[in-house]
Amino acid sequence: MNGVHDLGGMDGFGPIDAEPESEEPLFHAPWERRAFAVTLAMGALGQWSIDSARHARERQHPVDYLENSYYENWIVGLETLLIELGIVTSEELATGQAAGPAAEELQAHKLTGENVAAVLAIGSPTTMKGKKPPRFAVGGKVRAHPTHTIGHTRVPRYVRGRPGTIAGWHGVHIFADMSAHGLKEGQDLYSVRFEAKALWGVEDVGRGAVYVDLWDNHLEPA
Amino acid sequence: MSSNLWRSAAPSQSMDRSLKPMSETTHKRPRPIGGSHDHSHDHTEPPSEIELRVKALESLLVDKGLVDPAALDALIDTYEHKVGPQNGAKVVARAWADSAFKAALIEDATAAIASFGYTGRQGKHMVVVENSDTVHNLVVCTLCSCYPWPVLGLPPVWYKSAPYRSRAVSAPRAVLAEFGTTVGDDVEIRVWDSTSEMRYLVLPQQPAGTDNWNEDQLAALVTRNSMIGVELARSPDGENADGVKS
Repeated sequence: MNGVHDLGGMDGFGPIDAEPESEEPLFHAPWERRAFAVTLAMGALGQWSIDSARHARERQHPVDYLENSYYENWIVGLETLLIELGIVTSEELATGQAAGPAAEELQAHKLTGENVAAVLAIGSPTTMKGKKPPRFAVGGKVRAHPTHTIGHTRVPRYVRGRPGTIAGWHGVHIFADMSAHGLKEGQDLYSVRFEAKALWGVEDVGRGAVYVDLWDNHLEPA
Repeated sequence: MSSNLWRSAAPSQSMDRSLKPMSETTHKRPRPIGGSHDHSHDHTEPPSEIELRVKALESLLVDKGLVDPAALDALIDTYEHKVGPQNGAKVVARAWADSAFKAALIEDATAAIASFGYTGRQGKHMVVVENSDTVHNLVVCTLCSCYPWPVLGLPPVWYKSAPYRSRAVSAPRAVLAEFGTTVGDDVEIRVWDSTSEMRYLVLPQQPAGTDNWNEDQLAALVTRNSMIGVELARSPDGENADGVKS
């Protein structure tokens, strides 16, 4: 979707205004700790993919997305998923009162304190077995599809329709665009180099290129 | 609130929020994704709204049998005390001190980094990109906030915010300048947009005059920002490349 989350190449957001590295706290309010941890703990139930979680944050109103702080967007996304999947009802969310316990098979997946280290270590690997050799070789000329999908996509707008070169092959990975909608399919994942001039059309950006990871479906020969 | 001008007529949750009275005691909320900006509306909020919302959600999920508060404490403790850029600094220091390790790191970053025990969530598929006299690398996630947690911990606010995410790809030299980093016109800037589950770590250049340093000494020169690529590593006299004491 052409959401506001797809920020690459936009102007007007002002200075980066970074806090000095040595002074920045990991969390900027106590509730951020809990928002972070609740989101991870609920993700560990295995009811949605990280792609679905990203899409849930992206689907909110663009003004809200920008006005919210980072962990507010996490909470918006989490609440959206919980309601859409029927894990909590909107009434439970509004009142804060549980109408009843969650299904036992769901509770059985609850992340416990003693399992945290092991679950974090496992992470979420996305590699899959490939069925055939990759379509493109390193050095191959490609173009990012100009498609503007209404669902989730990991193709940033700023590369769509632009020519690039295959810089590397990462193997076969779960295709994020489908995974966000509950479908698990493996596709070749490539590192694609786009020359800065091909993206931004100006010379004065200096020598440079942007490398974007794109799946087979995102690319066509050029 | 000026932003209401952009909205459709349909009410939304945050329109409701905007109609709530300001708290008497202003409370600075964490900076919004859109960045800090100084036009009409400020960001004072009732101090407890999001805090209450998160607390209520946690409590609801505990009551439903889906969340173990001990797991939340363990998750927070992990990233506050165990995992952070000190991990990445050790990897970089070894690459500087040991050319065979550096070659292995470039060849298969996931395996080389895992040899330190740094693996798992948001770091199952690692790529290390090396700075040189002719190439400077910079990492961003324009679409969200992808970041190599096992080696760098959780990302700083600026990395997740619109001002950085928007311009890192289109104006990297200007972005670097905001961090006080100057890269020569003859140096190619490679920006890595983290659009998949591959996670990128920059291997900064080893500062001059540190050839005989051991890994612990070298690690002290490796900053988080140098491993994202917005700054260079510290020089041995305690200054970064721009002469600023760090």
